[in-house]
Amino acid sequence: MPTPPTSVPALDRSRLDFYRGLLRQMLVIRRFEEKAAEAYALGKIGGFCHLYIGQEAVAVGSIAALRHDDYLMCSYREHGHALARGMSSRTVMAELFGKATGCSRGKGGSMHIFDASKGFLGGHAIVGGHIPLVTGAAFAIKYRAGDQVAVAYYGEAAVNNGAFHEALNMAALWKLPAIYLCENNRYGMGTALERASAIYDIAQRACSYDMIAETVDGMDVLAVYEATARAVKRAREGHLPTLLEVRTYRFMGHSMSDPIHGHYRTREEVDEQKKKDPIPALFHRLEAAGLMTQADYDALDAHVLAEVDAAVKFADESPEPDADQLYADVYSA
Amino acid sequence: MPELTYLEALRQGMWEEMARDERVFILGEDVGIYGGAFKVTEGFFEKFGASRVIDTPISEAAIVGAAAGAAHMGLRPVAEMQFIDFISCAYDMLTNYVATARYRAGLSTPIVVRGPSGGFVRGGPFHSQMPEAAFFHTPGLKLVAPATVRDAKGLIKAAIRDDDPVIYLEHKFLYRRIKENIPEGEDIITPIGKARIAREGKDLTIVTYSAMVWKSLEAAEQIEKEDGASVEVIDLRTLLPMDDAAIIASVKKTNRALVVHEDTRTGGIAGEIIARINEQAFEWLDAPVMRVTAHDTPIPYAPTLEDFVLPQAQDVVKAARWLLAY
Repeated sequence: MPTPPTSVPALDRSRLDFYRGLLRQMLVIRRFEEKAAEAYALGKIGGFCHLYIGQEAVAVGSIAALRHDDYLMCSYREHGHALARGMSSRTVMAELFGKATGCSRGKGGSMHIFDASKGFLGGHAIVGGHIPLVTGAAFAIKYRAGDQVAVAYYGEAAVNNGAFHEALNMAALWKLPAIYLCENNRYGMGTALERASAIYDIAQRACSYDMIAETVDGMDVLAVYEATARAVKRAREGHLPTLLEVRTYRFMGHSMSDPIHGHYRTREEVDEQKKKDPIPALFHRLEAAGLMTQADYDALDAHVLAEVDAAVKFADESPEPDADQLYADVYSA
Repeated sequence: MPELTYLEALRQGMWEEMARDERVFILGEDVGIYGGAFKVTEGFFEKFGASRVIDTPISEAAIVGAAAGAAHMGLRPVAEMQFIDFISCAYDMLTNYVATARYRAGLSTPIVVRGPSGGFVRGGPFHSQMPEAAFFHTPGLKLVAPATVRDAKGLIKAAIRDDDPVIYLEHKFLYRRIKENIPEGEDIITPIGKARIAREGKDLTIVTYSAMVWKSLEAAEQIEKEDGASVEVIDLRTLLPMDDAAIIASVKKTNRALVVHEDTRTGGIAGEIIARINEQAFEWLDAPVMRVTAHDTPIPYAPTLEDFVLPQAQDVVKAARWLLAY
């Protein structure tokens, strides 16, 4: 299995807007998730809510490498992907609040954010099951001789599910334009990778399918962008699937009902990982290159916070869904 | 008029839909070069090519999952389960992903998952089941089960054109055992959600579907001849959504009802049908609603055992006589 070396390119001064855009998107996700945690604590958000804090570079870097007509499907930790794909923080927050203005009109909730018009085919709340659907989306692209790409996002725990194996085998067999992007945050809820998987390098799983694989630092948004861009090129130009293992870390618990550290990981481990926080990491690179100042960053952050505050206000003030909508969309009209 | 078997009618229906709509494609285990385990898709690979008749690995979850993903993108896949028993491997896909896609995400999933169901062929526990009860209580899915040659064709065509996911249960015992004249060139579409009166009668209603329609008709003939009573047989054709109106209209006419299905008894859909009759026609009933079903065991291989476990015409006759005498 060829594993190209991970390379982090030097900053290109002419791409400042691009870098700022990545930073801004990561900040939007961070602040959005912080507000979601607050709202959850206040009882405004119910059920099961999985935050993306710590993993922002993965969605932001990879989605930046996609075209607007590409497709993606996610697991249940998908608020970040939705925002990175351009969904408004209002419609996503309103869905978390279970309001009629949410993207699923309150029927899906945190784990089922979607916007088909953006090729964002949604969050899926059973581990691994959506991976075959991405294979199907890639099949449809090839069937129509299109040049789009379909991307599956899933955690490292999903690779132990049969659906993963079935889907990757098919994609390699049929040479489909798909990217299987594994967000390896090291824990399937409270079970460490090493306690669930017989091999620890997820990328090695690609050997079974003679599929190209790459391992990339998921705390470096530019590295994620570059690796995804390589996979996109293979998919778009050669109809070749890629298994992309992106090594990341979640700073929060598995869900809002799970403490940040506890039985399965130590405070020291979490603190150590937080030193690699992708948001300051990018800012400090931009700052060191003279492309951004602390004042720029603070202004950006203030702007983002205002946007997210507005989203919370919008969600809070939106109407509840009507019971007369209960049966809508069970079947086609 | 050409006489077709049930299997040929199903094949012809798929063939016509493949020819009229490029979005339709077939995928499944050995559906291509081999032509399907029961030869349902024989000739398709040669006619429509490898791009539209897809031999898959033995990966039922991914067959249904990939079909669903392709359907979200606007294609109209027909996925074959080599035996419908194997649909259990794709249960997660169908009940969680496919059935809820429109509700949670506004995604259309116009897939057909079809395969040979049912017993009477000595298939043993993994190749003889009726799986409808496992999917019947999943809102978002549709379930059809043709009993006749005409409906084998009409329902597969309707299923492929439907914008919702349809599980199409064909009965393997009927594949080559029943024949019917099907006019060439007639665009036969059996509307989903509509039952049919397979036999008119006034003293007792039998509600049934799939191969049990034939056992019930046999029983009805015998009762008419030997007892002089007139039995109506309702062939449901679609199980989900169920045609309550057809059932209730018949029960209000005959005042007695018997539900017959090949699936096992406990949790079988006969219980639901009986509940609906009670809810909607209790005042019209002159007798309790009864059911004839398979015994609550796995389907055994040995012919004597399988014939005992599965409902036979004489079981229907016995139950019908009890009801008529009530």
